[in-house]
Amino acid sequence: MLTAGIDAGSLSTKVVILNQDKIMAYEVLSTGIDIGAAAKRAMDNVLEKAGISLQDVESIGSTGVGKKKVPYKSVQGTEVVCDTKGALYFYPKSNGVIDIGGENCRAIKFDAEGNIVDFALNDKCASGTGIFLDAMAKALRVKPEEMGKLSLQSTEDIEVTSMCSVFAESEVVSMIHRKVPKNNILRGIHKSIASRVVGLANRILLEGNVVIIGGIAKNIGLVTTLNELMNSELIVPEKPEVVGALGAALLARERKE
Amino acid sequence: MITAGVDVGSLTGKTLILKDNEILSWSLISTGPDSSETAKEATDIALKEAGLSFDDIDYIVSTGYGRVVVPFSDKNITEITCHAKGAYWFFPRVRLILDMGGQDCKGIRCDDTGKVTNFAMNDKCAAGAGRSMEIMSGLLDTPLAEMGGLSLDIKNKLAPLSSTCVVFARTEVLGYLHEGTHKNDVLAGACEALADRVYTLLKRVGIEGDFVISGGIAKNIGVVKRIEQKVGLKANICFEPQIVGALGAAVFGREILGKKTAKKK
Repeated sequence: MLTAGIDAGSLSTKVVILNQDKIMAYEVLSTGIDIGAAAKRAMDNVLEKAGISLQDVESIGSTGVGKKKVPYKSVQGTEVVCDTKGALYFYPKSNGVIDIGGENCRAIKFDAEGNIVDFALNDKCASGTGIFLDAMAKALRVKPEEMGKLSLQSTEDIEVTSMCSVFAESEVVSMIHRKVPKNNILRGIHKSIASRVVGLANRILLEGNVVIIGGIAKNIGLVTTLNELMNSELIVPEKPEVVGALGAALLARERKE
Repeated sequence: MITAGVDVGSLTGKTLILKDNEILSWSLISTGPDSSETAKEATDIALKEAGLSFDDIDYIVSTGYGRVVVPFSDKNITEITCHAKGAYWFFPRVRLILDMGGQDCKGIRCDDTGKVTNFAMNDKCAAGAGRSMEIMSGLLDTPLAEMGGLSLDIKNKLAPLSSTCVVFARTEVLGYLHEGTHKNDVLAGACEALADRVYTLLKRVGIEGDFVISGGIAKNIGVVKRIEQKVGLKANICFEPQIVGALGAAVFGREILGKKTAKKK
């Protein structure tokens, strides 16, 4: 059976095609302003990659902030449910997820059967989310994908004290003016985000085998800092950004069965 | 007796010169990277306007975010205390003050002598501060001074923008602009969101008595009108709402000096 999962996020849209238990193809592209159009584009691309047509897909699952704007008939699942399903697919022994998205961040705790025990969510404030890092990358003129690595080359521990992304941006600009080395600023930024994420995780007493997902999981600086603060070994899946979409595809399959 | 109040804020620096109980002059400049330089510059301008020299000032009180780095001040006093004092000087019946600066927002309650009895403050987040309007001003390509007026002249009423985070509100604005929504309608949504935040803060200290708005936001009629509506009180705004803190500082200077001279006698 072929199923598809769409994760319509605030910054990026992800689609996964699942053939029984196997990922056939996936696509990640930036959402831009029109969520529906982005979902359609991602779906077209992924169908082409898989060499199938839309009619071949028996059921579609959708998740993410834009799930209601997806232009397909689909089974809608909350991000918490889809993240959990996706994480368990990759790591059946896991018992928690940290998902850092573009405009939100969540920590989820579940049991061995995949029942959700508790979760905590920040969707009120951009600090501790991907958009915060993006803003900082712009302010520091570094590529987002290089930030993490550079942050690990810091020579001194400094603190970014502002919680608000807007204030933090000013703080970082003044550090640049004071000629604080870029890598040290980056380290401070990563620590600031990590401490927000850890705050969420601690609220639900998350520990054990925790999977980190979302595009930011590829940021080695952040994962390292989180591991330091949480005294943990977070599990990073190979394609951390598509775990939610995969969960949506799994949900669609379950409903079909 | 001549006293000066120096208010070094995150975005602007102000100095006000008080002779006995009369305002002689005041200045208002942007804060540069060096706060003590800003304080000096603002004071020089105010002195020049009053036709005085630095030595003519009997006592200087500094306030605001940069109050501790004003090298020539005799004393520093928190901005909350000074704003209450300044608001009381203009409007003796005041019991509730909203002061919104660039990077923070305070709700202050005072008694019938202008003394602070309670306050609540947001300095953690740009969404409840003047800074949010600056960002919208840039995004919507509208001068700060025009935003309030335009926001009252709307075509369609939109839902307020996200009042919890400016970064999220920015995304919402981009979405609206993409859909071709009229600028004024978006501005109205931004003013509404800010008013919402302020209202929550004021509720925390208790809404009662005569109401004063100080700080730069008092110049934004769109925000002021919406706050008045929510609070259910008419806002008293003095001729230059950004100097209320500096005035309060100068008034404190006069009181301190008055007590000292009384002791000597």
